[in-house]
Amino acid sequence: MYLSINWLRDFIPQDIPVQDIADRLTMSGIEVEEIISCGSEWNNVVVGEILEIARHPNAEKLQLARVSTGDRILPIVCGAPNIAVGQHIALAVEGASLPGGMTIKKSKIRGEVSEGMICSEPELGLGDDHSGIMVLPVDAPVGMPLAQYLKLSDTVLNLGITPNRADCLCVVGLAREIAAIFDIPFQLPQYNFEETGDAIETRVAVEIADPDLCPRYTARLVTGLTVKPSPLWMQRRLVNCGIRAINNLVDITNYILLEWGQPLHAFDFSFIQDGKIIVRKAAKGEKFSTLDEIERELPDNTLMICDGRQPVAIGGIMGGQNSGVLPTTATVLIESAYFTPLSIAHTSRALNLKTEASLRFEKGIDTNGMLPSLHRAAQLMAELGGGSIAKGSIDVYPRALADAKPISLSVKNANTITGLSLSQLDMQSVLKRLQIATQASDADTLLATAPSFRYDINEPIDLIEEIARITGYDRIPVTYPRAMLSGNPENRSLKLAGIIRDLMIARGFFEVINYSFCAPEHIAGLQFPADDARSAPLPILNPLASSQSVMRTSIVPSLLLNLQENINNKCSTIKLFELSRVFIPQDGAQQPHEPRRLGGLMAGMQQGEGWNLQKNTVDFYDVKAAVEALLERLHVQDIRFIQDGREPYMHPGKMLSIMSGDHCIGSLGEAHPDVLEHFDIKMPAYIFDLDVDLLGRLWTDGLQFSPFSRQPAILRDIALIVDETIPAEKLFAAISGFGSKLIAETAVFDSFRGAALPPGKKSLAFRLKFQSNDRTLTDAEVNKIHDRLVAHLVKQTGAELRQ
Amino acid sequence: MEEALTTIRQESILDLRNAASEADIYQVKSKYIGRSGSLTQLIKNLITIPAEQRAVVGKLANEIKKSIEAGVEDALKCLRENKKQQAMGRVDIDLTLPGRCQSLGRRHPITQVTDEIVSVFTELGFQMAEGPEIELDFFNFEALNIPKDHPARDMHDTFYISAEVLLRTHTSPVQIRTMQQTKPPLRIICPGKVYRCDSDVSHTPMFHQIEGLMVDNDISFGDLKGILTLFLHRIFSEKTSIRFRPSFFPFTEPSAEVDIQCVICRGKGCRVCKGTGWLEILGCGMVQPAVFRNVGYDPETTTGFAFGLGVERVAMLKYGINDIRLFFENDLRFLSQF
Repeated sequence: MYLSINWLRDFIPQDIPVQDIADRLTMSGIEVEEIISCGSEWNNVVVGEILEIARHPNAEKLQLARVSTGDRILPIVCGAPNIAVGQHIALAVEGASLPGGMTIKKSKIRGEVSEGMICSEPELGLGDDHSGIMVLPVDAPVGMPLAQYLKLSDTVLNLGITPNRADCLCVVGLAREIAAIFDIPFQLPQYNFEETGDAIETRVAVEIADPDLCPRYTARLVTGLTVKPSPLWMQRRLVNCGIRAINNLVDITNYILLEWGQPLHAFDFSFIQDGKIIVRKAAKGEKFSTLDEIERELPDNTLMICDGRQPVAIGGIMGGQNSGVLPTTATVLIESAYFTPLSIAHTSRALNLKTEASLRFEKGIDTNGMLPSLHRAAQLMAELGGGSIAKGSIDVYPRALADAKPISLSVKNANTITGLSLSQLDMQSVLKRLQIATQASDADTLLATAPSFRYDINEPIDLIEEIARITGYDRIPVTYPRAMLSGNPENRSLKLAGIIRDLMIARGFFEVINYSFCAPEHIAGLQFPADDARSAPLPILNPLASSQSVMRTSIVPSLLLNLQENINNKCSTIKLFELSRVFIPQDGAQQPHEPRRLGGLMAGMQQGEGWNLQKNTVDFYDVKAAVEALLERLHVQDIRFIQDGREPYMHPGKMLSIMSGDHCIGSLGEAHPDVLEHFDIKMPAYIFDLDVDLLGRLWTDGLQFSPFSRQPAILRDIALIVDETIPAEKLFAAISGFGSKLIAETAVFDSFRGAALPPGKKSLAFRLKFQSNDRTLTDAEVNKIHDRLVAHLVKQTGAELRQ
Repeated sequence: MEEALTTIRQESILDLRNAASEADIYQVKSKYIGRSGSLTQLIKNLITIPAEQRAVVGKLANEIKKSIEAGVEDALKCLRENKKQQAMGRVDIDLTLPGRCQSLGRRHPITQVTDEIVSVFTELGFQMAEGPEIELDFFNFEALNIPKDHPARDMHDTFYISAEVLLRTHTSPVQIRTMQQTKPPLRIICPGKVYRCDSDVSHTPMFHQIEGLMVDNDISFGDLKGILTLFLHRIFSEKTSIRFRPSFFPFTEPSAEVDIQCVICRGKGCRVCKGTGWLEILGCGMVQPAVFRNVGYDPETTTGFAFGLGVERVAMLKYGINDIRLFFENDLRFLSQF
């Protein structure tokens, strides 16, 4: 909403600096988003007087004028036919940058010096008269800036009006509010006119067929009008408030809308058949052409304004093409009505048509505002259109609009909630500034009645808000609440997230956050089977883009897209993780399941560039290590990795599912080549995807210390040659199956294939640590066990000892 | 014999002086005082000399033996010290090369700011609460006093899954869910993702909010000012000016927008604060009695405050980020800066 300060000053006599108005409005709930200075487009345009005119020596159509600006006399070359000595004119001098697009500087025109330009209306953006220069009255003071003379300068405040304060969507409402804020007087716009026409009832009859949707309809008739441009002051005010000036009659309806917040409609009465207005609902499937020349199909329950034969306007939203003001219009029927907010909201939404009128009706208007704005519009039309006003006005009011009920306010409650310490009298005087009538019914209670334009005030809390707001939030003392000192239970989910993030970061992973929605083809690209709930992500009914149209059921596609982007950015080491919810549809439930998942991705080099770093690319064992480290950090017990090919988006031979008991914590492995192709990634990528909710349940933090042996240990290595197909796991199992209590640790320290070995064989080397809990072992003792172990392994696994 | 001893003393001193290695020194040692060293032999032969001289010569021989032993120890010590000094003098690494890098990842800036904010409130005894991101209309709108067709819905452009199911537009539904399950007093802090149909330099269709709620029987707007002032001073700086200005939210009344002094221009007025010197940082207010009624609390005896803030906004101000979309592009050139 734009507020013209010039307009405001019509109703607030006291001269308050604009900055003060802006500051106090902002601090009272109407945010001033911008202070706009209007009229600077006429800087360097002054009132000039033509002193002499001479022929231009080199051009037939040009003349040389000498123009006084009061303190100087300037030579001006001019081509307009209508200049004359003694005229007062608008002279643009050097530095002017005119609304018509011209910039003025000193120049020579056909050899003659010209220090400015005598302007026409279109050049000044002040009218459409192309016939010649704009001639000002002779009493226009020479030298005065044109903007000052024509009152073109104004300051406009761009205001953010909150939805509850639709009463401030007009100058009157804002003037009232400012008067309350500053506690100063304010006067309503006046109307005062003679009714010289016939009695309106003899020409017009109004009937409301649907009083639920239109409880009140008022109208006036003005005859003998001439359509012409409205006066400059009115045009400027409209334009500065963002509304285009059209002609005097249309401008007046817009002017009243901005001034009173009451939308009016002007019908050309010659098109109103039978002199009748009937307010009724549209028939099913009815069509109607609105003023903007669009034929619209009317939704059900659309309220229409009709004449004796057909619809002439969509009530409260837009007039019809068949009855609007034309250049020939002489008689106008002005409508000022109340339409039910909900009905207008529905229709406006169904038609996808928002207008200044629908906006205000939808939010609600002053139930007592119809007649004053109607009268003021009639008066302006008579004044600016030369018409005469018919006697009386129509006021059909079948359904009484409820008057505000008194609200009972406890002074004590008001002070408790606000933290203020105001007396009953203090509160009364604050409310009085807002035109809220009060009566003290006992020492603690006020009965308060809101004025008709404050339909947002219905409950005690609304009054409390007004008291706090007008008193000023800055006057509420800063206090601290008293609360019971009670320990909260530890938030395990928060703690778990912290541990996971710390660990991933320590291992070089960067945390990413992706949108929860993605493109359906990216979920499809993971090739989940149809019986996997992840294959059917929830679609959004109104997505912004198809790439954001379904709720992701997996973090993996997002990570692959991040990888693709970062490869494009020439990043060589890419380690990412995301801890986030995914959305798994559940049969028979309105809301999906929202499990938390930890997704990770590694690609490219193991380490960034470094002079002493090995330049290795990441592989399967890097991603496995990351998962192992996390499980170790969380002390998850009883972990097994199984090769079950569970995830279709991973290479079936290079993926593991991570089990703890019967629970599947998640999977890790290399991305499937088809998936890489789908995401246009040309390097191997390693992924993990873990169930964080399950990790939260498996995470052990009640650890117990176990004593360790302080006896010296003896190390022995065994290198075994086995079939390539035998997994290391089997050898580990065979070693632990050997059952010696003295083998304290077993580790693989080498894995080798190559020419030195027979074909189809590999070598695995283990380092064993022998240690007793209670004594020093001897070499001889260890050698004996070691030999028996080797024999056991050879027998169990077909291994051969590598010499 | 005394002569021979004197010669040994002089020669051994010379020999030790000339010894260039540990081996040389040990050789000198064995030459004189080893098992078959010349001094050892002499001492063995002491019995051959007359008894009256024996004590004097014997004493001298022992002195010489001790001085050779000491000389050997000194020579060894000196040699080792020289070696160490020499070795330390030869620095063969380039100290200006960078250290062997074991690069660290980073928490996403949104996570960092969220954690920082949440921890201020958990220190004050607020408990963390969460709720679903795909919400029912009832929790997101209806129970928060935003009935269908209420003008406040102007502010919310919502993603819908169905007529009744939507992507939550704020974290406020967590308030409702928590109050339905808990009797007052309570104080909670609810971080999470929220969604609105908006996308430009300052809006993304998904962003993060943190909601706070404190309910008891005599919580006042003054208390709200106290808690939020304390919070903003922690997050920005103690010197940051703060103002509370009236606003409107359907679920709080009285409501306020909280502005902080512009962190860019320190209140002088700049492009970021649109010349006002102030930046809007959060919305808050006293819980609307209708909301209490909707969760079965008695508004006559219950008061409380609620607030909500956008994490991205705080992060943008804190780190001087000018485009909100950077948070979700996940470009490592961005992420590695935090």
